[in-house]
Amino acid sequence: MKLINKVLTGVALTAMTATAAQASTLEDVRAADELKCIVTTGLAGFAAPDANGRWEGFDADFCRAVAAAVLGDGDKVQFVPTTGKTRFTMLNSGEGDILFRNTTETLSRDADLKLSFLPVNFYDGQGFMVPASLGVSSATELDGASVCIQTGTTTELNLADYFRTNGISYEPVPIETNEEGFTNYVAGRCDVYTTDASGLASTRAKFDDPTQHVVLPEIISKEPLGGAVRHGDDEWFDIGKWVVNALINAEEMGVTQANAMNLAANVGNNPSINRLVGSEGNMGEMLGLDAKWAARAIAQGGNYGEIYERNVGPNTPLQIERGLNALWNKGGVLYAAPIR
Amino acid sequence: MSTPTPSTNPLLRAWYDKETRSIIVQIIAAALILSFFAYIINNAVVNLAAIGKDISFNFLWQNASYDINQHLIEYSSTSNHFTAMIVGLINTLLVAAAGIVLATMLGFMLGVMRLSNNWLTQKIAYVYIEYVRNVPVLLHILLLHGLIINALPRPKGSYNFGDTFFLNNRGFQMPSPEFQSLFWIVGAFVVAGIAFAWWFSRHAQKVQDETGKAYPVAMINIAAIVLLPFAVYFVLGSPIEWDVPALKGFNFKGGIVVRPEFIALWLALSFYTAAFIGEIVRAGIVAINHGQTEAAQALGISNSRTLKLVVIPQALRVIIPPLTSQYLNLAKNSSLALAIGYMDIVATIGGISLNQTGREMECMLIVMAIYLAISLLISTVMNWYNNRIQLVER
Ligand SMILES: N[C@@H](CCC(=O)N[C@@H](CS)C(=O)NCC(=O)O)C(=O)O
Repeated sequence: MKLINKVLTGVALTAMTATAAQASTLEDVRAADELKCIVTTGLAGFAAPDANGRWEGFDADFCRAVAAAVLGDGDKVQFVPTTGKTRFTMLNSGEGDILFRNTTETLSRDADLKLSFLPVNFYDGQGFMVPASLGVSSATELDGASVCIQTGTTTELNLADYFRTNGISYEPVPIETNEEGFTNYVAGRCDVYTTDASGLASTRAKFDDPTQHVVLPEIISKEPLGGAVRHGDDEWFDIGKWVVNALINAEEMGVTQANAMNLAANVGNNPSINRLVGSEGNMGEMLGLDAKWAARAIAQGGNYGEIYERNVGPNTPLQIERGLNALWNKGGVLYAAPIR
Repeated sequence: MSTPTPSTNPLLRAWYDKETRSIIVQIIAAALILSFFAYIINNAVVNLAAIGKDISFNFLWQNASYDINQHLIEYSSTSNHFTAMIVGLINTLLVAAAGIVLATMLGFMLGVMRLSNNWLTQKIAYVYIEYVRNVPVLLHILLLHGLIINALPRPKGSYNFGDTFFLNNRGFQMPSPEFQSLFWIVGAFVVAGIAFAWWFSRHAQKVQDETGKAYPVAMINIAAIVLLPFAVYFVLGSPIEWDVPALKGFNFKGGIVVRPEFIALWLALSFYTAAFIGEIVRAGIVAINHGQTEAAQALGISNSRTLKLVVIPQALRVIIPPLTSQYLNLAKNSSLALAIGYMDIVATIGGISLNQTGREMECMLIVMAIYLAISLLISTVMNWYNNRIQLVER
């Protein structure tokens, strides 16, 4: 009987902790002293392990910025690689605290999959890539083609819609990861690879001679990519949201990886910058963090512009122009809410 | 030593009674198991509720919005998730059934080869079995798929078999039949042929039992089921039109295509399972006392008839039970389809639908229920067959 008693108490206790675990992601992250960040299985420029096994890329840098703000150290990140299909289950089951994985914000993901989207950090759209040798110049010429498509993505749904509205047929070749897509495309199992234009740029850069592959002019969808957290923890959502906003505002105000900590140490004469880097006001406290949260996030990997240029910008193999992703006052649409 | 005095406490007495005790233990065990499941389910429900999710199967009637390349029933992106599930189920059943047939044929061949007196034949079977069954089936699948998509030509350079069949890295293209209105007559002849064959086999058996006269049953039956309908088919002026595949743009249009994903999965599952079946068949045959073969030979019964009438019927009794579990393995291993993008039940309802709707619990329950049903179906059929071939004691 004693044993049964013990077992039952154990069961009851775990039941309680299991439920309590939902309460505060911030506390969980602090207790673990590590941020579990959901990323891709490997998409160079966005998130992929380098030769030393260190995750690099645009999404990886956002993970580190959040870790720097919350835990004080941008390296306290455990990267959780996921496919397009597993990412949301992983987030919702608590295998990750936050998600940065080329993820498009949509109504159904918000309302049905129960995700809360952080501000968009990359404006993208779906495109098509074909071998130049096929001589195709427009997506409307793709009737009857075999198309490699990553399952569990918005791009899979857009693809079905696009071919349907244009009344042309295709053979979907479903793949799980970008790597698998690349292999099938190279082998000629599919004539076309379609995904976010940024993903195409990353994949195209992998070829010895990228000029042998063309990205067709049609962009068939809006893919506003952003981070996400689980529904039900508004405090944690706010932290993610304002880290992203802080990085974008930092670019606008000229706060950089190099000067962020210095600015934070002295009260300057620009109150907006002072509030951002925490030399004035109590913005960090309001979020449940400390005053220097944003300064550390910026010092970790730089402001938005620095992260962009380093990972995906014109001087990287991906060569993606800023375009829509320039600041609102530089011809783009990045317009972050003010920190005040 | 004194015998233990029966306790006066009725509870203790009940505990010392072997039968009551076993009942008590069983009740406790059942209670523990039930509370364990109750806990898991409650935990899931509570945690789902915490992020605002309920459990509901209504999503099955919403548009699936994604396309599936291999669908044997009508399906498009405007079909609902339920239809997508059926498409996936059919694909699972198709590859499992085709796999079971091929694995059985190969397996029996391997088993017999293993017992061959020919050194080379025996060694080939031995090496095959040892290699194939010691490499995980997933690797076989990936290897075959990689081979097909890399080694076979692209559609433009297809291997062309008489302008009718084509093989390339998009699959095997073949003509599909389009039945004309008169075709039902041919169908009727086939059905009639089968009915005749059934009657004729019994009749021939009876005649043989009574008079010892043996008809060429197999020949006559084949003539009834195959040759006669064929003759009728031509008399009616070939009432099938063939839709022959032809290269149009990127791919072949028309006909039926067997995709690389199906071929790779089907062959890999069959090759792999055949290695195990081969060993089972060998064990089954070895289990039959050699004296029986010798006795049959002494009676002047031919080798093939000895095998057919003496060895195989008895070996089957040893073979069927482990064969059943190989069939179950094959059916369940078919879920590795995911690795190469064959759209089975796991890839459709358990994969894309799950991800697009966020209904993890519901989709996984459906997939589990379906695999359970498939497994039970296989077991039932095999048990029925097993009972049928059991020794009837007279
Ligand atoms: N934005 C789309 C597609 C995201 C996606 O899966 N993109 C691919 C190609 S750009 C990717 O990140 N693959 C990385 C991997 O294979 O893990 C979505 O959110 O559904």
